[in-house]
Amino acid sequence: MKLHEYQAKGVFADAGVPTPKSALASTVDEAVDAADEVGYPCAVKAQVQVGGRGKAGGIELVDDEDELREAAERIIGMDLKGLHVDRVLVEEAVDFVDELYVGVTMDRGEGKPVVMVSTEGGVDIEQVAEENPEAIAREHVDPAFGLHPYQARRAVFSAGVDRDVATDVARVLTTLYSLWDDKDGTDAEINPLMITSDREVIAADAVMNVDDDALFRHPDLQEMEEEGDVGGDELEQKADEYGFDYVRLSGNVGIIGNGAGLVMTTLDLVDYYGGSPANFLDIGGGAKAERVTNALDMVFSDENVDSVVFNIFGGITRGDEVAKGINEALESFDEIPKPVVVRLAGTNAEEGMEILNTDLVTVEATLESAVQRAVEYAEEEA
Amino acid sequence: MSILVDDDTRVVVQGITGGEGKFHTGQMMEYGTNVVAGAVPGRGGQEVEGVPVYDTVSEAAREEDANASVIFVPPAFAGDAMFEALDSPVDLAVAITEGVPQQDMAKVYRRLGETDTYLVGPNCPGLITPGAAKLGILPGNIFSEGDVGLVSRSGTLTYQVVDSLTKRGIGQTTAVGIGGDPIIGTDFVDALELFENDPDTKAVVMCGEIGGEDEEEAADYIAEYMDTPVAGFIAGRTAPPGKRMGHAGAIVSGSGTGTAESKIEALNDAGVPVGDTPEEVADAVEEFI
Repeated sequence: MKLHEYQAKGVFADAGVPTPKSALASTVDEAVDAADEVGYPCAVKAQVQVGGRGKAGGIELVDDEDELREAAERIIGMDLKGLHVDRVLVEEAVDFVDELYVGVTMDRGEGKPVVMVSTEGGVDIEQVAEENPEAIAREHVDPAFGLHPYQARRAVFSAGVDRDVATDVARVLTTLYSLWDDKDGTDAEINPLMITSDREVIAADAVMNVDDDALFRHPDLQEMEEEGDVGGDELEQKADEYGFDYVRLSGNVGIIGNGAGLVMTTLDLVDYYGGSPANFLDIGGGAKAERVTNALDMVFSDENVDSVVFNIFGGITRGDEVAKGINEALESFDEIPKPVVVRLAGTNAEEGMEILNTDLVTVEATLESAVQRAVEYAEEEA
Repeated sequence: MSILVDDDTRVVVQGITGGEGKFHTGQMMEYGTNVVAGAVPGRGGQEVEGVPVYDTVSEAAREEDANASVIFVPPAFAGDAMFEALDSPVDLAVAITEGVPQQDMAKVYRRLGETDTYLVGPNCPGLITPGAAKLGILPGNIFSEGDVGLVSRSGTLTYQVVDSLTKRGIGQTTAVGIGGDPIIGTDFVDALELFENDPDTKAVVMCGEIGGEDEEEAADYIAEYMDTPVAGFIAGRTAPPGKRMGHAGAIVSGSGTGTAESKIEALNDAGVPVGDTPEEVADAVEEFI
């Protein structure tokens, strides 16, 4: 789960990280009221979860009410990289002399958390990491002990942060780590962390991503997720409701399978045989008939789909259950929207083959032949 | 011969009274695995599938001489269950549970470094030495005894590749599903080292996927230390950057690391043929043996 900027800032501020004065607004009038509260000049920032909001026109700095109205009118309701903007954060403009980057993430290669500090703040930090990795100071953290204050200081000093703000920056870093740890974060970042002419540090942006698998122990974050949910791709939302791992792609061969690796392999084979995958859909392990029906419903809802390939290798998933689900889904149509190819192997595959209504689907014996057939159908339909 | 499990492995099932635990205990026993005990707090003294249940893993290990554990415990408690297995101690712990919080896993991984135990998983199908024992949820009937080792980040992809091998009469020493999470116990390098040291393993198949740098590290290991030939497969060539494809680890950052291309290139440089399809992997193995 990704927190919105305003949510992350609230969480950071509660923990004692200094943040600019700000208020949320969903109409132009609310934005004017918010600006009166935080004062001019201020920034109007679209609250959508995409990178590069500034470049895409989702952030604007304004000096007075006229400019603010103009900006709010333009930003509220705009489409930003495919996402609808329905709220903006109106935020005090901070007069800064320097920008830093601080972050915490899990280093999967090491299997432990890592904290990072850089004086190259305010820019695309991933680009810095790639082009000039020495510009980012790193400290690995023993998850049993947490981040020791000396480690935070060591990172800050070795990044070359000015001595007169170093202690304050180190304190922000230890707070950020504690938050990341308490909230089951996957990434927590402040970019930029601004240094003002009075040598104060202020978090001008806030990123907090939380491990979905750990949400069960954070009811407060679950509430934020519901509150922050303002939509996105309709099909991906539907997949969320059904509880599928689903990714929409740009091709026309719909793909359903069990197990992430096998579904990815099916995508790759569609490409290999000259087709183009429309989606990734993993029904997961042990799926019952209803889940299979829902999966077909999902894929048929995508108007780009010209054919569907079902690739099931049963282990914990049973072929007979899958076959029942396919039948149920297809028998509900007067006319089947697009051709469906099925390949069943593994647990109860033979029982499944007997159950499958072969008037409604094409059965193939191997992964390769199933994919090839689906690609051919897609070409014919397209 | 085999790696990690054989006829002598004595298994305790953590979470044996749950639906999955009970069902797969039956399946494992039917395959011939020595399941000697279950461990579920508060259920000591009961029996499941004729197997005695203890309150703690250490008691089960002591009373029944168990040396391996299979974990079918819900995600919220799986981290604790892994700690319990490591502290019992057993030689091998296999965590099937999917959805273990990453920070729990970081703590387990840190503890793992202080022990001699092999941990396989979490979020994995387990492992099998055909004809001897299976620990986990793999369908036993597709495997056959032979001399090819297999290590994979994905369960169903393992089945797909094994099926191709078995149909050509190529059997397996041991097949290990290491799981697709970002932090796992036994990784490619650990499994490859065990296969390299197993005199009966004549060739190895390694199935990887996009995300992380484990395959690149494995390629370095193969180039430097392995005499046993390895054939590879990498899933996710068509995955778009920035999207997560099911497995927590199967995400490609935009920066070129962790992509299928970088993994395939690293493996090719290490002398590992990488198949475009699972059948091509089986072709490569056929040439090795």
